[in-house]
Amino acid sequence: MGKSQCKQSYITTSLLELTGKTCVISGKEKTVSWQREKNKMADEKESAEAMISEIHKQITDAFDVFDHEFNKTVDVREVGTIIRSLGCCPSEGELHDLLAEIEEEEPTGYIRFEKFLPTMTKVLMERRYRPIPEDVLLRAFEVLDQEKKGHLEPEELTKYMSEEGEPFTQEEMEEMLSAAVDPDKNVILYKDYVAMMTVEDN
Amino acid sequence: TAIKAAVLIQRWYRRYMARIEIRRRYTWSIFQSIEYAGEQDQLQLSSFFTFMLDNFTHLGGASPDLISQFLETTSDPMKEEGRAAKYEKIEVPDSYPGPRLSFPLTVAHTNALLTAFKQQQQQLHARYVLQLLHETKKFLKKLPNIIHLSTSYTKEITICGDLHGKLDDLLLIFYKNGLPSTENPYVFNGDFVDRGKKSVEIIIILFAFLLLYPNDMHLNRGNHEDHIMNLRYGFTKEVMQKYRSHGREILLLLQDVFSLLPLATIIDNKVLIVHGGISDMTDLDYLASIERHRFKSALRPPRMSIDSSQDKGRRQTKGQLPAQSSDGHRSISTRFSSNHLVKQSSGALSSSSSSSLSSSIPESRRMSDIQEKDTSMTSNGRHQLHHRSISPTGILEVPFLDSNVTITPRVPSWEEMEWKQIVDLLWSDPKNQNGCTPNSFRGGGCYFGPDVTLRLLKKYQLKMLIRSHECKQEGYELCHDGQVITIFSASNYYEEGSNRGAYIKLGPDLVPRFFQYQVSKFTRRMTLQQRVSVAEGSALKSLQEKLYAHRSELIAAFKQHDISSTGKWHSSNVLEDYRTVSTSDWASAVESVLRLDLPWRTLRSRLVRLAPDGSVEYMSCFEDLHMGQPIKEVTPSLVETLYRYRTDLEIIFNMIDKDHSGLISMEEFRQTWRLFSSHLHTHVDDAAIDDLARSIDFNKDGSIDFNEFLEAFRVVHKLDSKEKH
Repeated sequence: MGKSQCKQSYITTSLLELTGKTCVISGKEKTVSWQREKNKMADEKESAEAMISEIHKQITDAFDVFDHEFNKTVDVREVGTIIRSLGCCPSEGELHDLLAEIEEEEPTGYIRFEKFLPTMTKVLMERRYRPIPEDVLLRAFEVLDQEKKGHLEPEELTKYMSEEGEPFTQEEMEEMLSAAVDPDKNVILYKDYVAMMTVEDN
Repeated sequence: TAIKAAVLIQRWYRRYMARIEIRRRYTWSIFQSIEYAGEQDQLQLSSFFTFMLDNFTHLGGASPDLISQFLETTSDPMKEEGRAAKYEKIEVPDSYPGPRLSFPLTVAHTNALLTAFKQQQQQLHARYVLQLLHETKKFLKKLPNIIHLSTSYTKEITICGDLHGKLDDLLLIFYKNGLPSTENPYVFNGDFVDRGKKSVEIIIILFAFLLLYPNDMHLNRGNHEDHIMNLRYGFTKEVMQKYRSHGREILLLLQDVFSLLPLATIIDNKVLIVHGGISDMTDLDYLASIERHRFKSALRPPRMSIDSSQDKGRRQTKGQLPAQSSDGHRSISTRFSSNHLVKQSSGALSSSSSSSLSSSIPESRRMSDIQEKDTSMTSNGRHQLHHRSISPTGILEVPFLDSNVTITPRVPSWEEMEWKQIVDLLWSDPKNQNGCTPNSFRGGGCYFGPDVTLRLLKKYQLKMLIRSHECKQEGYELCHDGQVITIFSASNYYEEGSNRGAYIKLGPDLVPRFFQYQVSKFTRRMTLQQRVSVAEGSALKSLQEKLYAHRSELIAAFKQHDISSTGKWHSSNVLEDYRTVSTSDWASAVESVLRLDLPWRTLRSRLVRLAPDGSVEYMSCFEDLHMGQPIKEVTPSLVETLYRYRTDLEIIFNMIDKDHSGLISMEEFRQTWRLFSSHLHTHVDDAAIDDLARSIDFNKDGSIDFNEFLEAFRVVHKLDSKEKH
């Protein structure tokens, strides 16, 4: 017999001994535990609903920042920004896949909120595309620093960012360098850079 | 591995940039919302003036003299020549180091002015200012409402947008693009003044070039070329501060000059340039015929006495347009039937467009309600406007929201038609959806859609519309399929790093080329992160001040939610300061009180503290601010009211203080406050005001130093004071 069945029969038996009643009591016991289960499920459902509701509001808020015409649409080129601002860290490829789900059959250049909300809710509930922890990021820089200098030359970083992976645009590169390069030594002290930038996340 | 590492870094970096971007966006939203909300408040001030103008008999005790101070000044009976002679007599001391003007102006004069303002930081003597304005006025009188230009074979015309007193931007444009000359024509599209600190210098330079190169320098009127706007947005103050003795006279003369600025410019009959935009009722022919100088301010229709309003009643039945203006209405014969306007050129207009005649102020504005009440009292039973429209006594009113009064839409008079044409040109904004709706955001003009643009361009066979009026992050923006260009020339408008400025160069091909720039205080370029942080900090401060200004209402709203969520009033087991509400309750409370359409949830973490369970400690948003000086024995709500309206009060005080001494008498203070508060429908106890005034008097023999008074209501941000210590 299974463990729970054992328990149940034990209770039934002891109650039986006490009261002499049988079926009614065991039935009540079942009802109670079933009730408890139901309550637990209801609670979970309630908190899940509350969570979903809160997620919906977060998504709405972020969406609204980019909804310039106040008609619940945003430019498709801004969707990446919206998704990332909600705490996700997808790669460009992952972003494209996501867009395919959200876009209309005939791409209009705009994304509608009705399509965005359910997809984005799922993404957040499933905790997809979680951001990278600081130490992983640091190791990534160290991988690029093949000579183990402790810093990167601007040219090195530029080469990797523009030629490897999902290449940066020139604008992105310039912006990154402007913030990352230490003006005195003209190198990228990536340890400091990572530390400085990840403070933002909290 | 290297590839993987690269991808990782790129992913993370893009996310980081996205977060900066969203901060930049909402910072922008905050600035814009507060700006436009401020402009709506502006209507409150001018409606206050109107209220007083029309109701002085009802305001017990207020002497006519006080009232007349608020009235629009009647035109000086002194003739033009008389004035010129008067200015000649103003003495300029030998020790004055600045430029000396003589007319007609020469290049030497404009160079001297540029040098004086740029390098020596000198001020032009009041005499020359007056003379310059006088000459400008004479010149502008000869111009039509709509200027027609052409790009001859070689010339490119440069078009600039809002400058708003930012002299550095103007100088930068001249540096990059060359000074105005016969080879280098310019069009400046309005809003030269207000907000920035060097509005005086800008108009001096612009007017000087206008006189020097009359065929190659062109200025359009903007919505800020308006003395009522100037009262609030800083130009009046700047003039009064820089010109203590002659400031008033300069401002009076400026009223005329502003109203004489042309309303639009058309290049090659193909490109229309106006400051704000258009509406579905914009009629360029009609516009060309208006006597523009009669509209000193676009915020109120031309002043009408009680007599003329009664005339209108008669006019309604007659339905005939009285022959008025000297240049005549050429192609217009306007006949008024019960609800419709029939114009020769454009056919019958439906009553739906008469709704676009008006603008509505969202939510009930208390002052408008009072206005409604009072005007209907003084109307002697005459049907007043009860639906959204303009009455002769006020500007933009909302209907009496609770009333079941039957609506008898009054026929708009031709004066109001003219006025609306001008308001639409100066205040409208483009929108992306079709249609033409009242611009409730601004409280004036319309939102015009691509269909309106298309129709207008087609009607007059134009190619595009260039306008300004809205700040754009890149300095310019295209919309309506490239047919509408917004050009904005004041960089860092909201804050250092908030936006670029731009100008357009247009050659005979009429293909616009855009040139951007940004004035920078710092020699080393800030990173995007730094720029956004600076701008964001400034925006959040403004927002916090706004919250503080509505403290009582907000607390009341929060408490509402607090009660309803717990079902009972929290007993004192929770300290007042740490009470919480849920995020959504907080957001809806804030939104309903402040009426600013902002992403409150996203902003929440920057404005308030969160309790461990994620709910909002709603009192924490006020923690960061406190009044500069403690004000004793005054009820808290009075303090808050005074804080909220301190800008308006300052304006009024400045107007009362004729001798610019910085002092007004106790009696004047009391009366002013009484009027203002009755208009605002805030029942402020007379005794409280007296107490307050007395506590500030500081033994100045019954006069109040209003700068000190206002200083008391300046809020200090805790962080600022921390930095100081």
